Amino acid sequence: MNETVTLTNKDKFLSHFDLVDFSMDEDFSSDKRKEAMELIQWLDFPTSKAEYWKYTRINKIIKGDYKVSAPENEIEIDLAVPTKNCIVLINGYFSEELSFFDITEGIQFSSLSDAKKSSSILKEKFNSLVKKDEIFADINSAYHQDGAFMHVAKNVQADEPYYILNMVDDSNIISNPRNFIFVEQGANAKVVLKTINTANTGSFTNMVSEIFVEKNAHFEINKIQDEAEDSFQIATEQVVQADDSTFKINTFTLNGAIVRNNLNIDSLGKNTMTYLNGLYPLKGKQHVDNHTYLLHREPNGESHELYKGIMGDSSTGVFNGKVFVHREAQKTNAFQSNANIVMTDTATINSKPELEIYADDVKCSHGSTTGQLDEEALFYLRARGLSKESARAVLVNAFASDVIEQIGVDAVKDEIEKYIDDNYQGIK
Amino acid sequence: MIKIENLHASIEGTEILTGINLEVKAGEVHAIMGPNGSGKSTLANVLAGRDEYEVTEGSVDFLGEDLLDMEPEDRSRAGLFLAFQYPVEIPGVSNINFLKTAINEAREKRGEDPMPAKDFLKRVKEKSKLVELDGRLANRSVNEGFSGGEKKRNEIFQMAMLDPKLAVLDETDSGLDIDALRIVANGVNELKTKDNASIVITHYQRLLDYIVPDFVHVLYQGKIVKTGPKELALELEERGYDWIIKELEEVTA
Repeated sequence: MNETVTLTNKDKFLSHFDLVDFSMDEDFSSDKRKEAMELIQWLDFPTSKAEYWKYTRINKIIKGDYKVSAPENEIEIDLAVPTKNCIVLINGYFSEELSFFDITEGIQFSSLSDAKKSSSILKEKFNSLVKKDEIFADINSAYHQDGAFMHVAKNVQADEPYYILNMVDDSNIISNPRNFIFVEQGANAKVVLKTINTANTGSFTNMVSEIFVEKNAHFEINKIQDEAEDSFQIATEQVVQADDSTFKINTFTLNGAIVRNNLNIDSLGKNTMTYLNGLYPLKGKQHVDNHTYLLHREPNGESHELYKGIMGDSSTGVFNGKVFVHREAQKTNAFQSNANIVMTDTATINSKPELEIYADDVKCSHGSTTGQLDEEALFYLRARGLSKESARAVLVNAFASDVIEQIGVDAVKDEIEKYIDDNYQGIK
Repeated sequence: MIKIENLHASIEGTEILTGINLEVKAGEVHAIMGPNGSGKSTLANVLAGRDEYEVTEGSVDFLGEDLLDMEPEDRSRAGLFLAFQYPVEIPGVSNINFLKTAINEAREKRGEDPMPAKDFLKRVKEKSKLVELDGRLANRSVNEGFSGGEKKRNEIFQMAMLDPKLAVLDETDSGLDIDALRIVANGVNELKTKDNASIVITHYQRLLDYIVPDFVHVLYQGKIVKTGPKELALELEERGYDWIIKELEEVTA
């Protein structure tokens, strides 16, 4: 008698990692992997019945036929990154060949695997922020190949932006990039985290970044997601902010079949400043889901959230932003806004801004607007001699401009402006 | 310059313009007055090409071309300018940048090179002075946060920048205090040449003290029912419109 063993989706999915060799990993990290693997045993992939995943079906992601692949040795590509510091990951692996560094006193910027050998802060804090009940985050903890590590020492001011380039150069690649960023007291740094995909078919990037912003530190991260048209990405950022610190994240989702962002700021100290901005100019059948969570735990915090979508073709956008104000967090100012332009009859947006407030002396607001381009404004511009196409492009640019203005890295600003110009000049 | 013949237009099935005939020649200023709802703004919007209005009959010849067949932007490029009754606020769009785009697109259509940046800026400076528009306003987002008077001055500023052949001023005076009115009127007068013309739509005679028309037309129920010299405006101010309506009824009776 033959016995048929039915493999679950999860087993099939995890079997992609069977051949990956983690034996060279440091002990503390191996322990974390084992813990995560344990957790995964008890978890299952979410369905749209789970509130957290209601509008994003992940079947296509988990049923993909992937491979784990180290890059070929000789890669010739001109990355043209406008910086002196760049970590390049290819298919989840660190590329020593393509990465480059300009050693700066007080800033450690290296691959995660290198840092695992030497960084005490990494040893102490690694995987401490990640939500244990999130299966994709656990998969990353268990199976990440490599990632970027950044440690900015006390009061060090980094002038130049630091780039982390996460590149996929082959089809059907699954990768779990893992980043760890620690900005010490009084320090100041900016990072650009960019995903690019030079191949065309069905890859899945499952990225996790842990970010610590210590007292009075300032940190800005610009996340550019330029996946292939039929590739998937789930990106999770876990952030903590200590007293008097500032954290800003600007998320630009330019391409990808399904992109899900989980942005969690689980703890905010006193007198913190937080900016969460996002722009998702979508086309084709793209599906982009931005989930943000912000917990004001201490008094005098201020947060500004601004997400904007330009929904073209048959694209779908999801915005779910939750701000939680703890009863201790008096004098909190929390502002949240999600605005969308729907360019066609077939594009969809699901927007759910949420405020949950337990303190009584706070200023909070949230709002969501969805509409078409303003016909009055279009006519006004055309009556002044702008072609229909230019008028539309001008209005799309204007719509995106307040998010773009938030970018603190000029090269990124130029890149996004150019993207909008190139993509909306000829829209009908 | 423009010849409107038997123009009928409706919005959502309701006929607003019921047969307008009007000819404006170069160098002339025509005022169009009339009670509320007579079709004054509809005429302005139909000429500018707003597509909510459906032209059901008639023709408009503008400098030898069929105006009604042209897209709004082509009407503008051909030299038609509408000063809006309610200028639109467009956050995030720089007043100057959009004018630069407008001017250069028009030049491109004519096969000309873009206006050199230096010339453009010189023109901005000169023309904003004309309507006493603060340089900072010229650089801000289109009409965003402008006062009523600033919006109307901005309209005339844009008109000056675009240098149209025919300007249609749609109730540019309404809501303006006397100082703003003087500035706006002065701007319009300064721009007047023997080669251009304007149609001034207004509710109040007051504006016509400053912009002196060659002809005054009374619009009533979508038609021009009376045309006279500039003195007609004064008479309308004094006696209202009822006497004209009565006159009209006597004729048709």
